[in-house]
Parts: sequence; C-alpha cells; structure tokens
Amino acid sequence: MSAQESLYGLMAEFDRPERLVEVSRLAREQGYRTMDAYSPFPVEGLDKALGERKDRLPLLVLLGGIGGGLTGFVMQYFANVIQYPLMIGGRPYNSWPSFIPITFELTILGAALVAVLGMLALNGLPTPYHPVFSVPRFELASRQAFFLCIESRDPKFNLAKTKQFLESLKPIDVYEVAPW
Amino acid sequence: MPKTPLIDPNFTYATVTDKISSIVLTRKMSRYWLLGLFLSFALVMALTLCVTVLFVKGVGIWGIDIPVGWGFAITNFVWWIGIGHAGTLISAILLLLHQKWRNSINRFAEAMTLFAVACAGIFPLIHVGRPWLAYWLFPYPNSMGLWPQFRSPLLWDVFAVSTYALVSLLFWFVGLIPDLATLRDRATGQFAQVVYGVLAMGWRGSARHWRRYETASLLLAGLATPLVVSVHTIVSWDFAVSLVPGWHSTIFPPYFVAGAVYSGFAMVLTLAIPLRRFYQLKDLITDRHLDNMAKVMLGTGLIVAYGYMMEWFVAWYNGTPYESYMVLNRMTGPYAPAYWLLIGCNIVIPQLLWRPSIRANAAALFVISIIINIGMWLERFIIVVTSLHRDFLPSSWGMFYPTRWDIGTFVGTIGLFLMLFFLFIRFLPVISIFETRELLTEEKEGHL
Repeated sequence: MSAQESLYGLMAEFDRPERLVEVSRLAREQGYRTMDAYSPFPVEGLDKALGERKDRLPLLVLLGGIGGGLTGFVMQYFANVIQYPLMIGGRPYNSWPSFIPITFELTILGAALVAVLGMLALNGLPTPYHPVFSVPRFELASRQAFFLCIESRDPKFNLAKTKQFLESLKPIDVYEVAPW
Repeated sequence: MPKTPLIDPNFTYATVTDKISSIVLTRKMSRYWLLGLFLSFALVMALTLCVTVLFVKGVGIWGIDIPVGWGFAITNFVWWIGIGHAGTLISAILLLLHQKWRNSINRFAEAMTLFAVACAGIFPLIHVGRPWLAYWLFPYPNSMGLWPQFRSPLLWDVFAVSTYALVSLLFWFVGLIPDLATLRDRATGQFAQVVYGVLAMGWRGSARHWRRYETASLLLAGLATPLVVSVHTIVSWDFAVSLVPGWHSTIFPPYFVAGAVYSGFAMVLTLAIPLRRFYQLKDLITDRHLDNMAKVMLGTGLIVAYGYMMEWFVAWYNGTPYESYMVLNRMTGPYAPAYWLLIGCNIVIPQLLWRPSIRANAAALFVISIIINIGMWLERFIIVVTSLHRDFLPSSWGMFYPTRWDIGTFVGTIGLFLMLFFLFIRFLPVISIFETRELLTEEKEGHL
C-alpha cells in the first residue's frame, strides 16, 4: 500500500497561534500545498500563510441579495398590479415607493440566507466525521491546541521526509492521521 | 487613561474554555436555577391560559374597544421588538465598529433578541381577531384569488419582523457553531456528545473554514445593521403613516430606533448583572462592560428625550389644535400619571448615569435598567393609547382600561422570555467561547 492509501496525512501540534502561522509559512516554502491548519479560533494571517485562495462567498451573497430583492418587487408587482389590481387612494397601481420596504427586507433575507447556507456549503458542512477526528489529541483543537496537517494527497508528500520536516519544527508531537 | 482589561489576563485558552463550558457541562444544577425555571414556567402556563380563553371568546376579553382598538397587544409588541434590537446592535454594529468589549456579551444579547422577538411575534398574531387565519397575511396563491395589500405598513411589518426573526436566528446559530464543537469535544455523556455533535455539523476549526466563516459573519453583520434599523422604522410607520395626532410625525422612525436600543440595552443590563453574579462571571463580564453599556443607554436616552421635546415643539409650532391638544391631553388628561411616570423613568432618573460612580455600581445600574424598561413600556403605552383615545371628534372619545387578560398575557410573555433564557443558560454557552479566546490573544498582544 502506498502512503496515499494508508494515511490521510501527518499532523503536528503546536501551542501558540503565532507559531502555527510561522510553521504554515515554512511548510508552504518547502513546497507543500495540500494542507490545512486547525485552531480553536480564527487566527489572523493563517489562511494567507497556507496559500491564499479566492473565495466565491461574497459574490454569491451579492447574487442572493439581488435575487431576493427582485423576488420581492416582482411578487408585489404581480400581486397588486397584474393579478389583483387594488386601487388605494387613487394612487397608481404600480405605486413603487410603497413596494420598497418589502423589496428591501427580502433583499436582506436573500443575502443573509446565502451567506449562511453558502458558508456551510462551501465549507462542506455538515461533515459529521472527518479523518482528523481520529487523532485523540485533536479534540483539543476546540480548546487550546493548534494543528498543522499535511495531507498525503500532496504531490510532495513522503511519509519519512514529511515526518522529518514536521519534527524539525519542534512541535508538541507529530501524529499519523488515519484515512477515511 | 489606562484602561482596565476586558478580561482577566490570568486566563489561558484552556481555562477560559473550561470556565464558560462548565456552566453547561459540569456544574450542578443550582436550586435557584430550578426555582427560576419553575416560576417562569408557571407564567408561561398563565400565558397559555390567557391565549386559550382569547381564542375561545375573542378579543372582547381585552379592554380594547373603539376608539382604542390597539391596547396592550400593540404596546407589548413594540416594547418586545425594541428590546430585541440591542442584541443585534451589540452583535452586528459593534462588530463592524471593532468594539472588542462586545465579545463577552454578544452571545446572550443575541439570545435575548431571539426570545424577545418570539414574545413580540405572539401579539400581532393573537390581536388579528381570527388568529387561525393569520397566514392570510402571507402572499401565497389561494383558491380565493386574493393577494395581500402590499401598500400597507402593517404588511411591511409582517415581512420586516419575520425577516428579522430569521436573520437573528441565523446569526445566532452561526455564532454558536464553533462553540457547539467545543461542547461536543468537552462533553462526557454520550447523549450530550451526540446532540452537540449534530448541531456542530462536524466543525473542525480548519483555517479555510475559519476564513469563510469570518467573511460570512462580517457580511451578516453588514446585512443585520440596516435590517435592525429598518425593522423599528417600519414598526414606527405602523403609526406614522396614519393621520392620528400623536402618530403622524416624521420624528417617529429615528425616535423609535433610539428607543429600541435604549430599552434593549436596559434589558441586557437587567440580565447581565444577575447572570455574572450567580455564575461568577465577573472576570468575563467586567465592570468596564457595564460602564460601556450604561454610556450607550445614556446616549440613546438623550436621543429619546430629544424626540419628546420635538413632539412638544411641533405641537406648539405647527398650530393645529389637534396636535397641541394631544400633547396637553398627555400631560394633563386622564393618562397624565402614566405620562409623568414615563418622563421620570426615561429622562430624569437615567441622568444619574452621568456619574462614573453610579456606572461602576452594579446594583444601582440594575435598578436603573429596570426603571428604564418600565419607562419604555409606558412610552409605548402612551403612544398607542393616548393618541387614540381622544382624536378629532369629542363625540368619539373613550377610555382604555386593561382587563386581567391583558395583564395576564403581558406577564405571561415575560415568563416565556425568562423561561427561554433560563433554558439557554443551562444548555448553551452563555458567552462566546471562541471569541473570548480571540480576545485573550488580542489583549495579551496589546499588553506586551
């Protein structure tokens, strides 16, 4: 069996957020690309250290907002102008200023729904089980410990060499992560 | 001026996690908590009784009649929804403004928002007369071929409040996900592990996830900020779009929004002061937090006072006899005691907050915050009732007296609010754990 099949990756534990950023940058400089870092709170610069990726979420949220707003206005126009015209106080059927509040509310609703559901979907959540959970110490990732995991899918991954590299970073410990 | 830290610097990531999660996971159920839950549950039963009788007999059991068709129900609705606004303000606007002190109060302030909106939502629904048809308010294709009248602020309200409830829920839940993961990892019982595990959705604290999570939180904050302003603005339009003297005024939207934040911060203090005492959280919800919240109350209270003064000024300046009579009637008419009590509660007593020694005194702040809660409820009552009871034609003047069902329903929703809050304290982390860890990092960096 090759390393790819027998292991998800190698994980090193650290005790400070700044150290995690440092080692992530070092791993990237070593040429590792398929890796992820785990921390109990968002750490500034960590994502950049791992290599920046473009995030589609803001664009999706914008589209969600536009979609919500259009739905709101079209719904009101359809209902009160086409389907069931209501003459109120002699104002025109398409009295658009009074359609604005609901259009606005649905804009916010559409954008907010996409922000939350999009964040979850792009993050691939819910994923109740993930290989990293197989490391017993990993439960501390939600308390005080910081982890860097180099995955075996990485072209540069080599069990012995990667382990040696991670150990050279003076971690608390290095763990082998069982596959899916 | 050297500032006192927002968090005890002796904390570490581990101890701060353990301290907050211990309230949920390891501490024994206290007798006071059980007593509180029991009492508030009893009030919820009273609410159920009042609403059942209402469904059987109709709104005639309340004190409402023509001309005062909007009695306690709308007063309570506006009061509760206003209370909710402070939660959104703390979680969204203060996040955008990088106010780090929000970190230890935002979680329960957001919970307070949700519970207050739940209480608020009850009132318009049971006030419609035939509550089993309340879904007619929503536009859906139906066999009657009817659509709602979208030009009415009352319908805008339906959309504003339901959007607000949903967005507040999403915001709160997103904020909870990393902490649910902490609870999942810290829980020892299998049942708790499974429940928190399912709710945490497999959150593992990956850097890529955090980054997107933060983007989503920021965007939500940016969306919730105009939303919260729009909600109370639309609530105020329920009044201002009509022609009734005392309602028909352009000052209403800003004055309602400021009043909402005012009463909401008062409610946050009313909840935070006992909470930090009973659960020994003074090292997390510090005196500086209380001081800051008191300052926000003072500021918004002054905006509210400006609103009252504008009402007097416009009543005199515009020269309409109906407008000036409305203000005179409030000051000297049959509801004058309530009006002067409102001025005392909302404008006079809160001036004590100018004194730093009062802002540093938790007991005094607790009393003042309750007084402001009462004052803001009276304000809503005065706006609803005194404007309606004597309008243009003296032949159609009347009085509103609440019945025991009015009072029972109102007190019942206070019970519902407290019961939900008691449950929340026990089953979810009352302070955001991951944001406290973040705050700890930032504070330590700042002190080095």
